[in-house]
Formats: sequence, structure tokens, C-alpha cells
Amino acid sequence: MDLAQLQRQLVDYKTSLYHEDFLDEQFTQLQELQDENNPDFVVEVVSLFFEDSDRLLNELTKALEQQSVDFKSVDAHVHQLKGSSSSIGAQRVQKVCIAFRNYCEEQNVEGCLKCLQQVRHEYSLVKTKLEFMFQLQQQILSAGGSIPM
Amino acid sequence: MGGSAGGCGDSSSEDKAVKLGDEPHVLAVDDNLIDRKLVEKLLKNSSCKVTTAENALRALDYLGLGNETLEGTVSKVNLIITDYCMPGMTGYELLKKIKESSLLKEVPVVIMSSENIPTRISQCLEEGAKMFMLKPLKQSDVVQLK
Repeated sequence: MDLAQLQRQLVDYKTSLYHEDFLDEQFTQLQELQDENNPDFVVEVVSLFFEDSDRLLNELTKALEQQSVDFKSVDAHVHQLKGSSSSIGAQRVQKVCIAFRNYCEEQNVEGCLKCLQQVRHEYSLVKTKLEFMFQLQQQILSAGGSIPM
Repeated sequence: MGGSAGGCGDSSSEDKAVKLGDEPHVLAVDDNLIDRKLVEKLLKNSSCKVTTAENALRALDYLGLGNETLEGTVSKVNLIITDYCMPGMTGYELLKKIKESSLLKEVPVVIMSSENIPTRISQCLEEGAKMFMLKPLKQSDVVQLK
């Protein structure tokens, strides 16, 4: 694939991510913060998001496996996940977190477990898509091109 | 990019021992790692020097209100921006501690929250917060702080 085709593919891919609500306006904000002094800012922040989310999802799994679920603790973790997904523009993940918090408030274990499954799913999707997008960007840069915004 | 007219606060606050030409120093407090990174970048893009703290207690230590007043060793900050929901001490409680301190009560405090709760907002403003901001923050929000 030549450079122009790669760039085209990236633009189309990004557009689809926004269309399907995987990403929202906040992701655009993140990109606008990147500059020559911090050319890897977006990748860095998103990588932090991946690490942090992996940790939170593990904590949530453990917390919901307990005999007596500590809903305050579960809610605190979901609150964190909601916050970080919102801050990077991972809209679908954020939306599930909102429903998740409602189940915490109701102290509904089944509802929480359902949401955990959903949030894992949405997180896994957005992670795969962002990783693919970064890969495309890297290919473009390696081919000597620039990233179309 | 990022360098617009005026810095984040200006050197007219002569009591604050800000050396002329120095960048304004902001203390950003947030328990969320991603949000800390984001607010730091937003502030740096607005030509501010940034120190981050992951909770209110660390922030108080940094400000010199930790256990005892450490006059002379306190780091001068021109603005404190803090998240509301934090484990242990909330941003609201941190705000109160700052406003109760003769040393720091003049330092403007901005509260951030992901939740738009009117009673929360008025509570913070009544306690002396300069501003309340909704997360996630954007560059235009930070520009407002100048």
C-alpha cells in the first residue's frame, strides 16, 4: 500500500471510530494537545489508560467475586474507569460505566456482573481499534509521511 | 501553539513572591492518573509550571500545611486546581483547609468534577472556590483561568 493509500485508510478508520461512538470529541481534544515538544502525547496517555483500565478491571472482577460484595469499593473503581474513559474520549466504555454505577447504587450484584462483562467487551474493542490506529500512524511515519488530522 | 497572549495569571500579584518573568506555578490535585497527565499538559500548554499531587494530603504537605506550618520552606503556588471526588479528603475539604490558612487563603482554588451537581457547585463557590469546572477539561477551560 502506498503512502497516500495509508493516509486515506487512516482518515477513514478514524472517521468510523467517531461514527460508531468508540471515540468522541474529547479524543480530538487530546490530539490537539500534542505538539512538536510532545509528539507522543496521545500514545502515552492512551497507554496509561490501558494500564490503568487493566488494573481496574482486575480489581472489579475480584471485588464482585467476594461472598459479600463491597459496593462502595466497586463503585469507587467504576468511578475511576468512568473518569479516565471520559478523559480520553472512549465514549462507549464511559456509557457502560454510568449504567454500572447505577447497579452499584442499587446493590444489584447481577446487574454489576452484567456491566462488568459489557465494560470488558467495550474496553477490549476500543483498545484493539486504537492499537490498530496507532499502528497505521506508525506505518505512515515510517514511510516518511505525516499524519492527516 | 499554546502560547497565547498573557500567561496563566500575571505578575500583578506582587505579594506572592513571583519573580518577574517566571511562569505561574500551579498545583494540580487529582487521584486519577490519566486526569493528572491531562491537566498537566493543558496547563503546560498555557505556559504554567505544574506540580501534581495524587491526593489532598500530599497536596497539603506540598503546600506546607501537612503537619505544621513550615514557614520559609513552603513552595509558592499561584493557583490550585483540584478534583472534587478523591478518597480520604475531598477537594472541598482541601479547599476549606486552604481558605482557613492565613498563609494560603489568598491562593485561588479551582474545583473540577465529572458530576454537574448544582448544590456541590454552590457549596464550593460559597467556601471560596474561584471557579468550578466540569470534567473532562479542554484547552478552552484552562485558557479561562488566566
